[in-house]
Amino acid sequence: MSSPTSTPGGRKRGRNTNPATPSSEGPTSPPSQRRRGQDSSTADLMPMPTSPATDMLSPSAPQDTSLFSSPRPSVLPNEVDMSSPLMYGTPSSRVEGTPRSGVRGTPARQRPDLGSVRKAPQVDLQSDADGAAASEPNGGQRLVIWGTDVNVGTCKEKFQRFLQRFIDPTSTEDENSGLDLNEPLYMQKLEEISVVGDPVLNVNCLHVQSFDAELYRQLISYPQEVIPTFDMAVNELFFERFPDSILEFQIQVRPYNALKTRNMRSLNPEDIDQLITISGMVIRTSQLIPEMQEAFFQCQVCAYSTRVEVDRGRIAEPAVCRNCNTTHSLALVHNRSAFSDKQMVKIQESPEDMPAGQTPHTTIIYAHNDLVDKVQPGDRVNITGKITSESITATNDRKSQQSVPNVLAGIYRAVPMRVNPRQSNVKSVYKTHIDAIHFRKTDEKRLHGLDEDAEQKLFTEDRVQTLKELAAKPDVYERLSSALAPSIYEHEDIKKGILLQLFGGTRKDFSETGRGHFRADVNILLCGDPGTSKSQLLQYVYNLVPRGQYTSGKGSSAVGLTAYVMKDPETRQLVLQTGALVLSDNGICCIDEFDKMSDSTRSVLHEVMEQQTLSIAKAGIICQLNARTAVLAAANPVESQWNPKKTTIENIQLPHTLLSRFDLIFLMLDPQDEAYDRRLAHHLVSLYYQSKEQIEEEFLDMAVLKDYIAYARTYINPRLNEEASQALIEAYVDMRKIGSGRGMVSAYPRQLESLIRLAEAHAKVRFSDKVETIDVEEAKRLHREALKQSATDPRTGFVDISILTTGMSATARKRKEEVAQALKKLIQDKGKTPAMKYQQLLDDLRAQSETAVTKELFDEALRALADEDYLTVTGKTVRLLA
Amino acid sequence: MPSTQDWIDNPLGVVEAMFAASQKSPDSGWEAKAVDFFKEKLKEKDAHTWVPSLNDVPLHYLKPNSLVKFRCLIQDMFDPEFYMGAYETVDPSTKAKVLQCGKYKDVTECGVDLNSRNTVTAERQTFYCVPVPGENLWVKDSFAGSTQARVVPSTSYAPSRQKRSYEEDEEDVDDMDTQPQKLREPHTGPHVPTEQQGNGDSKRQETEAPSSQTAPASHLDLNFPLPGEKGPSCLVKVYKDWDAFKLNDTLEVFGILSVSPALSALADEKDASSSILDPAECMETAEEQRVHSPPASLVPRLHMLHAKPLQHNNPLLPSVTLKDNSAFLSSTLSEMASVRAELLAYLTHILLGDALAAEYLILHLISNVYTRRDILPLGKFTLNLSGCPTVASYTERLYQIIQHLVPSSYYLGMSLQNMNQMRLVPKKDYVANRLVSGALQLARNTSLFLDETKLEQGQLDTTGVRNVTALGNLISWQKVDYDFNYHQMEFPCNINVLIVSEARSLLPSDCQIPVQSQVDPAHMDEYLSSIHMHPQASSQMNKLRIYLSVARLLDYSISDEVTKSVEDDFVDMRKDDPQSISAEDLHRMLVVARLLSLSLGQTSLSRDSWLRAKHIEALRRSRVEQHKCVNGNEP
Repeated sequence: MSSPTSTPGGRKRGRNTNPATPSSEGPTSPPSQRRRGQDSSTADLMPMPTSPATDMLSPSAPQDTSLFSSPRPSVLPNEVDMSSPLMYGTPSSRVEGTPRSGVRGTPARQRPDLGSVRKAPQVDLQSDADGAAASEPNGGQRLVIWGTDVNVGTCKEKFQRFLQRFIDPTSTEDENSGLDLNEPLYMQKLEEISVVGDPVLNVNCLHVQSFDAELYRQLISYPQEVIPTFDMAVNELFFERFPDSILEFQIQVRPYNALKTRNMRSLNPEDIDQLITISGMVIRTSQLIPEMQEAFFQCQVCAYSTRVEVDRGRIAEPAVCRNCNTTHSLALVHNRSAFSDKQMVKIQESPEDMPAGQTPHTTIIYAHNDLVDKVQPGDRVNITGKITSESITATNDRKSQQSVPNVLAGIYRAVPMRVNPRQSNVKSVYKTHIDAIHFRKTDEKRLHGLDEDAEQKLFTEDRVQTLKELAAKPDVYERLSSALAPSIYEHEDIKKGILLQLFGGTRKDFSETGRGHFRADVNILLCGDPGTSKSQLLQYVYNLVPRGQYTSGKGSSAVGLTAYVMKDPETRQLVLQTGALVLSDNGICCIDEFDKMSDSTRSVLHEVMEQQTLSIAKAGIICQLNARTAVLAAANPVESQWNPKKTTIENIQLPHTLLSRFDLIFLMLDPQDEAYDRRLAHHLVSLYYQSKEQIEEEFLDMAVLKDYIAYARTYINPRLNEEASQALIEAYVDMRKIGSGRGMVSAYPRQLESLIRLAEAHAKVRFSDKVETIDVEEAKRLHREALKQSATDPRTGFVDISILTTGMSATARKRKEEVAQALKKLIQDKGKTPAMKYQQLLDDLRAQSETAVTKELFDEALRALADEDYLTVTGKTVRLLA
Repeated sequence: MPSTQDWIDNPLGVVEAMFAASQKSPDSGWEAKAVDFFKEKLKEKDAHTWVPSLNDVPLHYLKPNSLVKFRCLIQDMFDPEFYMGAYETVDPSTKAKVLQCGKYKDVTECGVDLNSRNTVTAERQTFYCVPVPGENLWVKDSFAGSTQARVVPSTSYAPSRQKRSYEEDEEDVDDMDTQPQKLREPHTGPHVPTEQQGNGDSKRQETEAPSSQTAPASHLDLNFPLPGEKGPSCLVKVYKDWDAFKLNDTLEVFGILSVSPALSALADEKDASSSILDPAECMETAEEQRVHSPPASLVPRLHMLHAKPLQHNNPLLPSVTLKDNSAFLSSTLSEMASVRAELLAYLTHILLGDALAAEYLILHLISNVYTRRDILPLGKFTLNLSGCPTVASYTERLYQIIQHLVPSSYYLGMSLQNMNQMRLVPKKDYVANRLVSGALQLARNTSLFLDETKLEQGQLDTTGVRNVTALGNLISWQKVDYDFNYHQMEFPCNINVLIVSEARSLLPSDCQIPVQSQVDPAHMDEYLSSIHMHPQASSQMNKLRIYLSVARLLDYSISDEVTKSVEDDFVDMRKDDPQSISAEDLHRMLVVARLLSLSLGQTSLSRDSWLRAKHIEALRRSRVEQHKCVNGNEP
């Protein structure tokens, strides 16, 4: 099927340095079975002798760029050995080669994603090759695709077996929802295809790997050959099972999640031509580019028409009409030529992957056909593809291909740029791009649910080992907390609290029982004197967590925190722009100067801090966004200095409804005691003379801490064990008891929830899957410490939770009532005086009462009486109602 | 020294010879050897001064493919590129194949066999480098004066070829505007008197030619961080360890100059020859093309052989590090106290007779972020000089003085218009795929002079608020959050910020001191106009410059006894009045003590210095208190 003109040699990857002879490529040439000399020793072994590793390392990459589209002249010396059992065939590629028998004439669709070079050196040996492989599946004769170790038949067979047998009972992927996990996964998917009619089969490379490591290796190393083989296999299988289904075109296999997931930074020439997955953020997409796949020529003389496929970006225009033998009579007819869609996408390294002090790298990606317009700028994606490098002048020999793991499946390519065709000296730089085979958005589901999977950071085994060793240390909790913001002195409990916040509790879903999600994030409020490094702590946390947001209460408005609707200047569509709280979903939102926030802004926090969602209804957009963020806030006292004689609420003047949503409230006060001062001074001075090395010895590296937290958050999901639950119950009952003696409520279910969260977080710190009693003990201790600081009633010295839950301590409430009663009595004693002077009344009350009555207290008493409809206050006069 | 000429004029010859030699014995590590060879050569006495510098020699005087040096700041990092590390060429007549080395080159030889199996693909990184932003004139002059490079615009390298090129003409405009006197200097210097004649001639030839210049290259924005900057920018190709370089590093790059016109020809040609099938056609936008492959005549390529990170940018200091040059160090140290006194007197005079403010100004000028503890930068000392007179452009004068003292500086008048319109924070331009620079992209130890007296009443718009926030972050955390559109990225920096204002600045600062003028306001004008400046290059001035740079580079330590006494002091002070001194105050006092010691050339804190630091801090605090009461504006 390949026309001779369009088949220059060396279409394969660079490793194929033996170009085919022109004669062997012609359609009429006899099946030439070549073998490479160095491979002969391995004759019967199916896997290539040369291990893929060495293959990849060979300086192969882009070397196969031909500047000429004419077939190459050279003939290899050690070529033809027909009797050799090792033969090189070509998989019939998706376009023309698929065995029609199995496919019932469903048109194949070209796969530009695998490269414009769709034609193997079309030695007419396909039928032979296939036949041979099919007839002797286990036999001695092996056909291997030229330049690779891929035997089409075996490969096909293996893949079919994979499709028919692979079961993944542990699958959690949501795209598999609705499938029976105990049935072969991909057969179900094929069934789905037959029903839905969308002829794309996404294959998770990890599945392939777990099923057949050898097949996986081939897929990764030779995507360009193996994927078409997969296509073939899947189509045969499909039409065997569903002979009557009609598809728009043949099924295409889209592998994703190639394990060779890489950071964009680590791509190097060796990756070229491999299947890789990379992750990144889309920064730009081009307009749709029609790319010619097949050119239609018509003879001006006799109207004879012919089609020529585009080969590596070039059309070999037929010089002679085959019908009438007129030379140069053929003209291109655009309307009848076949085009495919193509789009350039640029992705940039995700900020999390970046080393400090460098700028992010970008990579060009080509999306083809239905992958066009799948992604938008700003999306975080995983692309699987092949890396390719190409020459600018379209001499079009693909240098190499590579696929990037994870985000983008694609093939990496490089092509030399020719500077000037006349001079034929080439700019010695290759252009590389990735042909996308599969896109996977990693942030897509953030609006709907958790996507832990995509958040997963990949850890090397060494790293995991280090982390586990660290976790096994008995003092890991202390170690980590002291590694947190080492420049900030002491405040051990606060640091521990923040540490637990960083780890967070376990997410629980009770939506089936109607309660919905439980908050797993720990909220912390720091209040205290100015200049006690609250901001510094916040800054540190913000720098530590990947999804941190830092905002200042003074500068942020409600919309800045939540979301706002704006018109996109280009499309004129309304777009929802998310604010800090939504952006820090699954992270920590640090809010400085919490007290300076306007009331309206603060009110949005109510929903976020308990329900962890944000409801938006504006400009015709009504939605609920997830904001599963932990809030770390810092507030300054109203009187600039903390007044120890007042309660927390009075000091920071925040509504108690909000305060009760904080699991831990810490006071950061200047302790003003000599020993503390001395230690502080020592700490500060040492900050100024210790050398870098000393500092590093002393503390854990910030990077280790980061990884530790990320690992724990991803992989550890502790659950309560029996004893721990018991301990929690006891703790809660104890807390309730404390107050009941004095007729006060000292704990609410919210406090119990806090305890659970803290205990879970502490278990996470230990990398333990079970919450045990020690976790509960620490949670209790920390919770008590925080309460001691924030909920102590300055009048009585007792811890009184109602200060936080109702904004007023029980004693204060009692006192208020007493004063009101005394006032009522006073007024009644006065007899029938319908109106009294305010000041007079106050003085009388003061004279009568044993304790001092402040003006505020008096006002409150009046208000209480007014509520009873007993009196009314107008200006400076008090009138009795009744 | 014939060999000198060889390795400077034809470094590629050296590289190629090594490459050829390595072919016989594989695994010879010729690449490392080649780099080592140049490193060794440069280490030789004064050898580096023989290498012409792109900073002070115009491009068209330099031979292509010769060794040049460039003092620069890494402004942007482009994507890594794959190139042909080695390739084979085929002689069309004899069909003989020759293996060629592609390293340190942009363009291959003729007749590349693209199908050869011997082609080696290698990776290299490109940095976009600009001259050090805000570099002061005296630094430029001094560097130019110290060079011994014999820049002979060789007649064999016909300038005509370059001259004809449109872009090259534009380049000339720039050069002629900015560099004439600098150009002449090296040649009139004592080192190369013999060259003078030849240079003069060729210069004349060349200056005549570009009479028909068209408009300057406004279409090509060279992306300098500061407005009004001039000089060449350069694409530096890095072949190894590029991860070691960070954005905003200042380097002295030694590399092979490549100005092949073929590089720029690419863009034009593409327009003509683009076809629908061109696979590369849609890869880059026109903007991106322009940025990433600008005409080589405007933005030359430099293939890095060796790069020296610059600790300082002061030409008066010896090029080797201080530690290796104990003679210089000890001589400077011994003079330090006297030079300090001189500088103090000078600055006191300029600060209207306020010795305390002058003292603080010295401390500020030698401050330096010497380390970071997690996020906390240590050693920064942002000074707010409040109470500056607004008459007779006093602040501008003050800046001029500072300009003459420090190697690089920038004056930012905080007028409303400036704040609302200037681009302070670098921003990623995704269309052109580059980092558009902003005024806060500065090299380490650049003095940023913020003139708040220029601020008038009015409204800050969004940009303005963002700019003020950026300045605040810069001062508090010594970092700038670069705008990457979809996210921000934090880049640490080390910039000395000096704020002059009438009352207390609206920006945070580490230390505020009101200037107390000893000058009668009535005579202010007179006094100011009488402020006399040292002549540019006087040895007096040079002494001060050396002093400031050296003080910043000294090591510093605190002995255990002093630590103890400092702690005691702190505890005592707290005992007396806990409100009077907080941890923050101790932080500041420790910085003041550190800088005070360094300013006296002492490398460890002595009891005396600590007491003195305490003393001047007390003076300053009382003055600030007093000031608060006076204007009563404080909350």
